[in-house]
This record gives sequence, structure tokens and C-alpha cells, in this order.
Amino acid sequence: MATIETQGFTLDNSGQRIVVDPITRIEGHLRIEVNVDKNNVIRNAVSTGTMWRGLEVILKGRDPRDAWAFVERICGVCTGVHALASVRSVEDALGIKIPKNANIIRNLMHATLYAQDHLVHFYHLHALDWVDIVSGLKADPRKTSELAQSISPWPNSSPGYFREVQSRLKKFVDSGQLGIFANGYWGNAAYKLPAEANLMATAHYLEALDFQKEIVKIQTIFGGKNPHPNWLVGGVPSPINVDGTGAVGAVNIVNLNMVKDICDRTIEFVDQVYIPDLLAIAGFYKDWAKIGGGLSGQNVMSYGEFPDIANDYSNNSMLLPSGVILGGDLKKVLEIDLKAQDQVQEWVAHSWYKYADPTKGLHPFDGVTDPEFVLGPGTKGTRTNIENLDESAKYSWVKSPRWKGNAVEVGPLARYLVAYARGNKEIQEQVNGALKALDVPVTALFSTLGRTAARGLECQWAAHKMRYFYDQLMANIKAGDLNTANVEKWEPASWPAEAKGVAPCEAPRGALAHWVKIKDTRIDSYQCVVPTTWNAGPRDQKNQIGAYEAALLNTPMVNPAQPLEILRTIHSFDPCLACATHVMGPEGEELVSVKVR
Amino acid sequence: MIETYYDLMRRQGISRRSFLKFCSLTAASLGLGDAGAQQIAQAMQTKQRTPVVWLHGLECTCCTESFIRSAHPLAKDVVLSMISLDYDDTLMAAAGHQAEAALEQTIAKYKGNYILAVEGNPPLADDGIYCIPGGKPFVEKLRHVAKDAKAIVSWGSCASWGCVQAAKPNPTQATPVHKVITDKPIIKVPGCPPIAEVMTGVVTYILTFDRLPDLDAQGRPKMFYSQRVHDKCYRRPHFDAGQFVEHFDDAGARMGYCLYKVGCKGPVTYNACSALRWNEGLSFPIQSGHGCIGCSEDAFWDKGSFYDHLTTIRPPGNLGIEGTADRIGLTVVAAAGAAIAAHAAVSAVKQARSKTRNDKVAEAEK
Repeated sequence: MATIETQGFTLDNSGQRIVVDPITRIEGHLRIEVNVDKNNVIRNAVSTGTMWRGLEVILKGRDPRDAWAFVERICGVCTGVHALASVRSVEDALGIKIPKNANIIRNLMHATLYAQDHLVHFYHLHALDWVDIVSGLKADPRKTSELAQSISPWPNSSPGYFREVQSRLKKFVDSGQLGIFANGYWGNAAYKLPAEANLMATAHYLEALDFQKEIVKIQTIFGGKNPHPNWLVGGVPSPINVDGTGAVGAVNIVNLNMVKDICDRTIEFVDQVYIPDLLAIAGFYKDWAKIGGGLSGQNVMSYGEFPDIANDYSNNSMLLPSGVILGGDLKKVLEIDLKAQDQVQEWVAHSWYKYADPTKGLHPFDGVTDPEFVLGPGTKGTRTNIENLDESAKYSWVKSPRWKGNAVEVGPLARYLVAYARGNKEIQEQVNGALKALDVPVTALFSTLGRTAARGLECQWAAHKMRYFYDQLMANIKAGDLNTANVEKWEPASWPAEAKGVAPCEAPRGALAHWVKIKDTRIDSYQCVVPTTWNAGPRDQKNQIGAYEAALLNTPMVNPAQPLEILRTIHSFDPCLACATHVMGPEGEELVSVKVR
Repeated sequence: MIETYYDLMRRQGISRRSFLKFCSLTAASLGLGDAGAQQIAQAMQTKQRTPVVWLHGLECTCCTESFIRSAHPLAKDVVLSMISLDYDDTLMAAAGHQAEAALEQTIAKYKGNYILAVEGNPPLADDGIYCIPGGKPFVEKLRHVAKDAKAIVSWGSCASWGCVQAAKPNPTQATPVHKVITDKPIIKVPGCPPIAEVMTGVVTYILTFDRLPDLDAQGRPKMFYSQRVHDKCYRRPHFDAGQFVEHFDDAGARMGYCLYKVGCKGPVTYNACSALRWNEGLSFPIQSGHGCIGCSEDAFWDKGSFYDHLTTIRPPGNLGIEGTADRIGLTVVAAAGAAIAAHAAVSAVKQARSKTRNDKVAEAEK
């Protein structure tokens, strides 16, 4: 290949090839290969999902009421979102309406996940791309304290506090056992923070690690455990009994008080730690407001999330609206219909699957997954020892989903752009405030930095919404409504012989939907098209690139041997590869020939 | 210079007095006496942090997520002060070549002395190409790292049993660790995921006593997996009294009655959920109104619906509770068509208990 022109990008794979595998600090297994030109600028990018689990094959023939538990195990990081997508889809198929309390509790659990997942992503999966932990050793604790107090009222900010953190860090480094920090890119010129900011961020890395486990306790109260709380078709499993006989064994006033406390502490932590840190760090990396935009300035999509009205997934109800923006036209937000055959489709021209007609995309209700692990003629290495992939052929376990044929980006930035374009006042105020604080133009949103900032703002939004949902729940209980489950159609005998359903969902990482077909009370086919499939997917039959590949293009690297810049942009999407790679044939045919070793 | 836990704690400003108090509390929480406390103190003053390599195969990362929920000890203290987590693709700073170099350094430097923790499992179908981190089948990486490991911890139901991707028809031939690595001590810590403090409890036990915990015949630590969820369930009196939830959100549900009739698998599930509970002892599935789905049991995905109602339940009475529950358990699985396997499992656990007792007697006689 010489060059390929697509979607306004030029791909050129003639320069030095760099492989990053594994991409760490993500969920699942992802490989990135790029070519850099003689100035170390990325001119070609190849995104490869390197795992496949076949979960939907496993779902065939199961009880649809059990499906949530299987698909919940697609991902333990965004735990619960697949369960939520599943119960919504089964309810859509069977015409089940959930009680108001169930809707509020689901929203509360889901907002809880948004807050916790975004927080963990920022501090534990993404921060080390921007924060040079080792540089914090050189910081002056007094100046660190001044810095911290100048940006936030958060109380853990004395010189003594930062001295203690620094001393712990020093002893850790002096021990010679660097553990998870071994072989990091410390000292790379791409790190721009002063030592004091590095020390402050390191302290908050540790504080956030302690605090995240508090947030999820809301899921434990309503779902019994976290990760992987329990869900229920028709509502939620947790009964409410505030003051009657046996209240002590149900969701009662004690638990509800704890929920309120957690909501308030989460708001406090995000407002006083995450957001000030995000803005402070972003201030030193404004050049990244011009890097890594990829598809975000062109095509973005959101299915909408947080139905304020039970059983209404339209934009009358969704607190984060749905819609598609194409060609960067914020004045025209297009409507999504998940059941329309010509909207969501998946292609496999460059994925390790085969279709009867490889020139066509398939709607998820008609989806086919027939694994075909073949490597192109330009591959270096062997099938079980791949050195370089050949992107002109098949090169990923992820499919290429398209909306009306268009590659789109999904995730917090996409949701925020759609909400902004739809005129959502809350989101507009938040975004405008952040742009002003950083003194950057609105185009700064279309970048690696914009993606990372949108996630932080959404975390803040979600934290405040947790409290909003809590207040809703209390008001509804006060009004005398204790119902949490609708069991009218619990018994399979009450179901039609055949049914199919799909409902929108927005996972922390972006648009998610499960398409389920039920026949004779059993699952006949089950298809998930998940956020990371949209973002990490390979090229399609027209060589259109997906969001990861687009975002990496034209990025200058300081030192191609140290892939810091690649990590920054890829992490800004918060990849989840276990989610991205698993699909099934509608007939549940045997998909692989199993060799017994 | 060798850095011990004690050195680290002292340098963090923890006094010797507090250190010793910590040792007694740890000993007490593990059910050990003064001698245990002394042993812990001794161990913590003489050891370098144990290197741990944490690999990920086909999985969902729920085990890592659970691990970082640990409150006692805090995950940050485990990672910074107790172990040296030298490789873990979910948390480590380095990527690509630098990450793989860190792995090789650990293997070379600590040959025979590092612990391998495995989350997820290797798919064996089609030469292993369904999981190819680093461009090679995961099973090769697993074998490579296992070769020089001191012991292996199989985190969660994926590594221990196969879990969801190994549910029928197991399209990728996802295979638990012990079926691939047969020459190393393996501790299974099943659950989807395991409870956070069970995970850190296993780690601290190994570090403290420099030995693996007592295991049952299936390789699970007896301290956490020798009793059923049903045995310690706070709703057990309602089971014994015949007070059941008939439908979700009915009057019985709101009064906290037994969830047995809406499918609870507590009677056939060996785990610590009802005793330790989740997220700092806050709740567990049954307490929050949903039956146990049996997520720490082998092949729990293939034992029928999570809501399957047991049909031949015998009211508790002259047979005694223990006998009844066993019978109930067998009935559930028999209904799902796996009676032999389940019977074998239950018997195996019973044998394991008596086997260990015998072993102890034999040891004492030596």
C-alpha cells in the first residue's frame, strides 16, 4: 500500500512500524500498530482486538430472564451496564413495564457506576499518561500544599500531608521494587507537569483508590454485591420496607441514609478533587486540545440514557439525549431507530469473521458470526506469533459497526456533543464553564484532551444526578409507593410464542444495545453491539477507519520507542475489549472446530 | 538492601507499638492466638515484598475490580507495601515492550520465588487464537510464567472453573488453569468475582505464614469455602420455618423471607458471602432480595435457570437441617440434569474435610 484517502484522512504505512501490545491500563486485550514518518508523526494506525469469548453463542437456548447475569460478565469494569441493557431489551420484547421505583433505583445504580468508573479511569487507568509519579519526589511539599489549596477547598492539603505521601513514595522507589510503576516512561519529555502537580496527583491517585470503593456501595445495597450486582427482569430485586415488620431485612431507612451519605460524599470528592485536578492538569497540556480528535469533529452518536420517566426511552424522558451528528453539523441532530434495518449494521471485511455476502452489512437482529482467523499476505511472523499485522486483510476480533454506513465515535464526549447540540442547558453550562476555565475555544472539545475533559464533566454530572435520583426515590416512597418489581409476566407461560426486543443504553464508554429474539420461551438469538466495538473496530469494506485509528493519525511522538502519546489518545476512549469482542450466529451453529490438544 | 514490611511501616511513621498491635489484630482476625501474632511480626520484619505477576486471559476484569474494593487491608497498601505487583496489564504504567520486559525481568530475577495470579483463562480451541495478547496465544504466556512460579492463585471462577465463556457450548474451549498447569501448587479462589477481602485475605495469609492456606479437595481455601451460603444465611430461620418469598416484591420479600422458592442456590454454594458479606460487610445478594446464583461453583451457568423452583423440597424436621439441605441441593442439580457431577462435588468436599483431618493426624504422628 502506498496511501489511502478516507474521511478526510490520509493513511500512509511506508514509515517505521511500531507495535504496542499489550496496551495496558485498559479492560481486555488490545494491540495497536502505527507507522511513523521521519519526523516521528503517526501516519497510519491499526487497532486490533485480540480476544473473543463467544458469549452470545452461549446464550442461545437459555431463559431470557437469566440473560442479564451472563451478559453482565461481558465486563466487570463497567459492571452492571450489560445487565441493564439486557433486562431493558427483554422487557421490550415481552412488553413488560417496570414500576417507578425500579426505574429510579436502576438510574441510581447506573449513575453510581458512571461516577465510580469515570473516577477510576481518570486516576488509575489514564493519569499515568500525564503524571510523572517519579518527578513528585522532587516536589516541595509546602508549594504542593499551596498549589492544592489554590485550586480546591479539599481538606487533605497540608504541607505535612504531602510530605507524608512523598516520603511513602520515596521509600517505595528506594526499595528497588517498583511494582506497577516499573519500566514506566518517567522523565519522558512529553510529561509537562511541575513536580508539585505530580505529587498532588499522586496523592489523589491513592485517595481515589480508597474512595472509589465507597461509591459502589450503592450498588451493594440495591444489588447485593459489587462488582456484578443482581438485576431483575420487570424491576429490581431489592424490596423496599422502610418501617414495617421485617424492614431490617430489606431496603430500609438505615440503608437509605447510607445511600444519601454516599451521594453527598461522591459529589464532594468529584467537585473538590477530580474536577480541580482535571482542570489543573489540562492547563499544562493544552497542545493536546489539537491532537487526537479523530472522528469526534465529524460523526458522534449517543443512544440516550437515564430515563426520567419509567419505561420511556424517548428524548421526552432521557436526561442525556440520543442522536447522531454527522459531518460536524451541530445544528442537525439525527434520530436513531435501533430496529430500523438500515441504521445500525456491522461489517466484517477486516474482522476475523465471514459473511455469506462480504459486501453487505448486517443489522443485529440478522447478525452472523462465523469466526475465520486468517492473516493477510503482508503479515510478519506466524499465526501464533504475530510480529506485524497486515491491515489490508482481516486483522481484528472486533467487527466494524456503522450507522447508516458511517463510522461514528461514541462515549462521554459524543454524549456531551449530542446534549450540547440538543440545547441541554445543564450540559452547555458545564462545558462552557470548563472551556472558559481553560481559556480554549469550543473546537478544543474535538481532541484527546476534550475526550478526557468530557468524561470528568460527566462524572460530576452523574454524581449530582445520584443525589437527584435519591431524592426522587425518597419522594416516591413518601408518597406511599413501595413497588419495585412487576411480576405480571414473570411466568414464561404468559409470553408470546415469538418476540424480539431492543432498548437503548449508554454505558460509561458509550452507546450500547442488546438485540434479543425469544422463541418458545427461550433465547433464539442475542446480539450485543457495544461502545468499544464502535470505537476500536477495524476498517470496513470501504476502508473507512474507526474512531481509534482516526484519533491516532497525525500525532507527533517524542520518542517512538516509548508509546506515551499512543497511550494518551487510546486511553482517552477508556477501552473495554472484553466488551468489544463477542458475537453470534442467529442459528447458534457450531462456530469453531475444536481441537483437543 | 532488603526492604521488609516492617521497614516500610516504620519508615511510614508507624511506631513499633502500632506495628505489634497490627500483628495481634491480624492474628486475631485469622483466628490465631499470641503465637500467631509473634509469627506474623517475625515474618513481616524479615521479608522482602513478594513479587506477584498477575496475568489476564479470557475474562471481564471483575476480579481486579473486586480486589481494589478491599478495605482490610486497603488495595493500595497491598500493592505498595505488602507485595510487589511487578506485572499486571490492568494497572501497570508501562505498555508494550516495556511491559513485557518487566515481566521477563521478574521471571529472571525471582525464579521460583514469585507468585503467579491468574485472572481469566486460556482458550485452547484452534491453537489458542481466541486470546492473543502480544501476538501469541495466551496459553503460551501462561505456561511460560507458570514454569518458574512458586505457586499459582487462580482468581475467580474463570481461572478456577472456566466460568461464563466455558458455559455450554464453550465455543473457544476456555479451560481453567489447573487443567493446563499440572505441576504447580494452585489455590482456587472462585466466585464471580470473589469477595474483595477473601482475595486480600488469601494474599496476606500466604505472605504472613509463608505457606499456602489449607485447601479442600478441589483446591479452595477451607477458611472461606468450606461452608455453604445457606449455612450462615441470616434468612435461614425463615427457611426452617417454611416462610418463603413466592414472587419478587411480594409481602414475604418485603419481610425478608427465604428466597429458596425463587431460585436461591445458597444451599448448594460453598462461599463466604453470608458470613463475610460484600463491600465491607454491607450486604450480599440474598440480603438485597435476590437469590444466590451460585457463582463460586463449578459450571454454575449450566445448572438450570437461576430462578428454577425446587420441586421436591422436604420440610425440615426429623432428618435434621443438614440432611435436608444436602438433599435439596442434590435435587436442584438433578433437575438440571447434572446429578452425578453435583453429587461428586458434594462428596468430594466431604471427603476433603475428612482427608484433611486425616492428614493432620498423620502429620501429628510423624
